[in-house]
Amino acid sequence: MILAVLSLLLCQLLGEVVSQTWALPVPGPVLGMVLLAGLLVWRGRLNSDIARAADFLLGHLSLFFVPAAVGVMANGARIARECVPICVAILVSTVLTIIVSALVFQAVMRAMGRDEQP
Amino acid sequence: MINAGHSTIAHLWVYLHTQPLLWLAATLAAYACGATLHQRAGGNPLVNAVAIATALLVSVLVGTGTSYATYFEGAQFVHFLLGPATVALAVPMFRNRHVLARAALPILAALLAGSITAAASAVAIAWAFGATRQTILSLAPKSVTTPIAMGISEHIGGSPSLTAVLVMMTGIFGAIIVRPVLNAIGVKDWRARGFAAGMAAHGLGTARAFQVDQVAGTFAGIAVGLNGIATAVLVPLLVTFF
Repeated sequence: MILAVLSLLLCQLLGEVVSQTWALPVPGPVLGMVLLAGLLVWRGRLNSDIARAADFLLGHLSLFFVPAAVGVMANGARIARECVPICVAILVSTVLTIIVSALVFQAVMRAMGRDEQP
Repeated sequence: MINAGHSTIAHLWVYLHTQPLLWLAATLAAYACGATLHQRAGGNPLVNAVAIATALLVSVLVGTGTSYATYFEGAQFVHFLLGPATVALAVPMFRNRHVLARAALPILAALLAGSITAAASAVAIAWAFGATRQTILSLAPKSVTTPIAMGISEHIGGSPSLTAVLVMMTGIFGAIIVRPVLNAIGVKDWRARGFAAGMAAHGLGTARAFQVDQVAGTFAGIAVGLNGIATAVLVPLLVTFF
């Protein structure tokens, strides 16, 4: 289990190093994800400890967002002042993004004739 | 005796409230409350665990006069796990690699359309409603996962800490609204549904998608990673028009 956690951290660390070295706009953890995906495909199988560690983390994914969300208290004044533009922008834009992404995905899938569920 | 007891508690508080332990425990406790309420409500997305935990914590912090910086001393240990959790998204991707490979084309098309929609519509609406320039810039990467969004915001002259909050507001709202919206437009394919959830509401949309379906969660995770990369390239170009 320690080795599994270490593998995740090492992928993140390598991602951080690459991101910082070349001043990439893509952050380390995302590069780490790409790296781990590449390693898994290369090895062709998934170690069960890594699977357990990953499933644990992903099972509690929304917990990890709480500290950032509490940051609302440090920006309260500006958000209160510009409440209307911020709220309308977030509400409308989020609904639009869901609709556009889902419909485009579905349209291309149908055009390819692979409409059936996997 | 009462006085002595009171001063002991006061002393204990003075000591504990600057310690990471207290705010780490408070974060887990607040989230446990939110998660329990979410379960009691039969998984109703309106009863959102992150929103409840945030409201509880903010009231306690404001009520006790504790600063966000002090709170974060403890909460950083939870915050840190976002990194390894992002790396861990590779695991469901690997499990579903054959499904993903077959959907490469729809993924790319939806990625392009979705990331342009997310950034351009937020910027245009905020501008039309008279938001200040810094708020508009901070809103542009709102649909992207927090660490990428903060980086983009800083790069284009927004406020990274404001962006972090806007990203959270987007994620919470997106996680609540994604299912009704997809049902309303009649999209039933789990791949399309998950991808849309990740595009609009990043990790919180992904967490929501995993609650409903493994394939949907995988496609949401793919969308988060790809949207982060696409938006990092796209938003700096977009704001040059403003």
